[in-house]
Amino acid sequence: MISEQLVDLSRLQFAATAMYHFLFVPLTLGMVWLLVIMETVFVMTGNVIWKDMTRYWGKLFGINFALGVTTGITLEFQFGTNWAFYSHYVGDIFGAPLAIEGMMAFFLESTFIGLFFFGWDRLSRTQHLMVTILMAVGTNLSALWILIANGWMQNPVGAEFSYVTMRMEMTDFWAVVFNPDAQAKFVHTVSAGYTTGAMFVLSISSWFLLKKQDVEFAKRSFRVASAFGLASVLSVIVLGDESGYTVGEAQQTKMAALEAMWETKPAPASLTLIASINEAESKNNWEVDIPWVMGLIGTRSLTKEIPGIHEIKAKNRERIKRGIVAVKALDDLRNNRESVEVKRRFEEYKNDLGFGFLLKKYVDDVSLATPEIIEKAVNDTVPRVTPMFWSFRVMVGLGFAMLILFATAFWTTLKSKCSEHPYLLRAALWMLPAPWIACELGWFVAEYGRQPWTIYGVLPTHMSVSTLTVNSLYGSLAGFIIFYTVLLVVEVFLMVKFARMGPGSLGTGRYANEGH
Amino acid sequence: MFDYGNLKLIWWLLVGVLLVGFAIMDGHDMGVGTLLPFVGRNDVERRVVINTVGPHWDGNQVWFITAGGAIFAAWPLVYATAFSGFYWAMLAVLWALFFRPVGFDYRSKIHNATWRSTWDWGLFIGGAVPPLIFGVAFGNLLQGVPFSFDSYLISTYSGSFWQLLNPFALLAGVVSSAMITLQGACYLSHRTEGAIQARSIKAGIWAAVVMVLAFVLAGFWIQHIDGYRITSIINPSAMPDPLSKTVVKEAGAWMSNYHQFPILWTLPILGGFGALNAATLLLLRRTLLAFVSSSFAVIGVIGTAGASMFPFIMPSSTMPSASLTVWDSVSSHLSLGIMLVAALVFMPLIIMYTSWAYGVMRGKVTIAHIQANEHSAY
Repeated sequence: MISEQLVDLSRLQFAATAMYHFLFVPLTLGMVWLLVIMETVFVMTGNVIWKDMTRYWGKLFGINFALGVTTGITLEFQFGTNWAFYSHYVGDIFGAPLAIEGMMAFFLESTFIGLFFFGWDRLSRTQHLMVTILMAVGTNLSALWILIANGWMQNPVGAEFSYVTMRMEMTDFWAVVFNPDAQAKFVHTVSAGYTTGAMFVLSISSWFLLKKQDVEFAKRSFRVASAFGLASVLSVIVLGDESGYTVGEAQQTKMAALEAMWETKPAPASLTLIASINEAESKNNWEVDIPWVMGLIGTRSLTKEIPGIHEIKAKNRERIKRGIVAVKALDDLRNNRESVEVKRRFEEYKNDLGFGFLLKKYVDDVSLATPEIIEKAVNDTVPRVTPMFWSFRVMVGLGFAMLILFATAFWTTLKSKCSEHPYLLRAALWMLPAPWIACELGWFVAEYGRQPWTIYGVLPTHMSVSTLTVNSLYGSLAGFIIFYTVLLVVEVFLMVKFARMGPGSLGTGRYANEGH
Repeated sequence: MFDYGNLKLIWWLLVGVLLVGFAIMDGHDMGVGTLLPFVGRNDVERRVVINTVGPHWDGNQVWFITAGGAIFAAWPLVYATAFSGFYWAMLAVLWALFFRPVGFDYRSKIHNATWRSTWDWGLFIGGAVPPLIFGVAFGNLLQGVPFSFDSYLISTYSGSFWQLLNPFALLAGVVSSAMITLQGACYLSHRTEGAIQARSIKAGIWAAVVMVLAFVLAGFWIQHIDGYRITSIINPSAMPDPLSKTVVKEAGAWMSNYHQFPILWTLPILGGFGALNAATLLLLRRTLLAFVSSSFAVIGVIGTAGASMFPFIMPSSTMPSASLTVWDSVSSHLSLGIMLVAALVFMPLIIMYTSWAYGVMRGKVTIAHIQANEHSAY
């Protein structure tokens, strides 16, 4: 049996490195479009300040991008190094979007980013703008394919298990590509990235305005960021609601956990605003509800019920029991591929194979599972409610706070008075970490909420790991912590240095702080 | 569209193409990184060296990422078994690669000699370590790797990191390092002038000599190590199941493809003569042709290893029947077909816009150019 410590350390390492990677990704996703907007204005007006804006914000973009690239390779490696059985079991489906991402998107983005930085004197204005646009398209296509892969982990469509190859095999590529979970996640995630990019430019521009440094430059940057940010944050919120809807269909478990919904609520379900969660007794001590709203978000109807945790667990108990039969039949088939009777039994039960695997956390031979073990596995099928419930609420709260900020910023900039509101500028400065916190919490809800599965309903997390020693994991985790800490210190140091210097760092002779 | 057996073969060739693309493109960047501390003797010289690859290293690195992604997608069992088995070697590659994006982008942003020289050595590690480890890994693949499967195909690796560093594997590492250094030296001598160019040419000639000697030595050695041979009947179109065959270990088995198809000898000849020819062209200062010739040497060397082992990809020394081959460690028919279409659409596009990017940035990188672009150059 796989050691629980190995599973926990593998999860910790993946979570830490993935969340670290996502410190850099959203800023890249968003800033790249801000660069496109600024450069487009330069090409259309010929006003050189817009070129300087593109180059200065591009410099900060580059500092961030370097770490995005560095930490992205880790993730590609880690599926193989630490999740070997996962890679074998679903590589047939999961690998394809990653390979296509490389060919379609990452080459595009990475080739043109070189010309973005070094091609200013060698390309015509229009050519350079095309380069910037292609870089932006590449970046966003990259996110699309990665989220198609991730969406499949949440909602594994278009695939079927084969006992000959002992893995999931793709049956319908387009079902994988147009997976509603993947599409909703893509739009929600890139919009969150756009919001992050806008917040970054808005905050730093506000700081220049507060210091009265390079005011013309900062005002224009502030204006672009507030408009782009307002559109983006609206899209995050509206399309976040869309992911709520798809979660409702494919992953009711996640929904029940993040709503702390223990009992099935009669339709149309109410939305729990806040609650005091009692995990031990599987109930809420008290809660504040808004009638109807949850039913509308989760089912788009007033008549459909949303199942609660107790009902979900009861269903899963039956699936686990059927899963025991499926696992037994699979084991027999692996020893003797020809038995017609076993094949028939396996076909009948194979949809619950993953649920049978859940028992392997506690017992090697699942037919020996006692009622207590089955009960443990049933309880595993719903993630812990408290972290889900609060992470989700903080994320949503930050989303609405950013909506207010961007709306106010956009309003003042329409009246060309943004520099006259120091409170607004200070608020914009202090809100700088908000999109990052919201992004990380969003990923936490999505991935922790999928537990105990790596592939929902198909492959449990504890079976997915590589057969490594616990010491190897301690060693690699220590290595990552050391490297990533040093890299973060260096990155933040450079980012702060160049943010402080402002556009003077371009050495054009047109701004404050020249010659540093 | 294609018969499953043919698709499996095509994907073996395509992974080969991606590995060759990686070694030619990312390889020359890594060679430049390896040479950086030695051919650049002061700060501005080093900036010249770095800026020859400045606009391109990022795009080139995608060859590596795409090769990894393609192995994941086309040979999931190879990806799973190799990456988890070679855990520490893979982490060493990964951590060495960490130095590259940040090294390139951050180095010249601060005026401080210690800062800059630290990143220079970081770029050296990022350039020198991966080719060495990949060579060592190939050396181990040729000898068989100690892994086994249970009935669920969960792999267990029973070797250690230090076992990877055996004499034959280290020799393969020398071939790989020298080959990549030669590739970098040819590129550098084409894009620089004066003293840096002269040092690059000298380094390139030495690298070619070392590579050819090590390559020939490995060629003699390999006839005496145990190769692997499938003894059961192969059905190329069968559903992939690595446990359904029988395999024996045999000294000299890696030569059998060459006996059967003598045309394959062109590959090792291309490897050796390509490198020697590159060295000669460097002496004559025909730098672009030298780069082309060295790229052919890369095709020859990688092709030699692939052709020796075919149809094996990753033989198992402890459970030979679990060895991973072209026929039984691949993805489904549908996945291979879809990715082939994607590759046929996108690879030509990639080659087109990469060539355009090199065309835009063509010409020598000079000290004067660096001084004129103090704030924007790497």
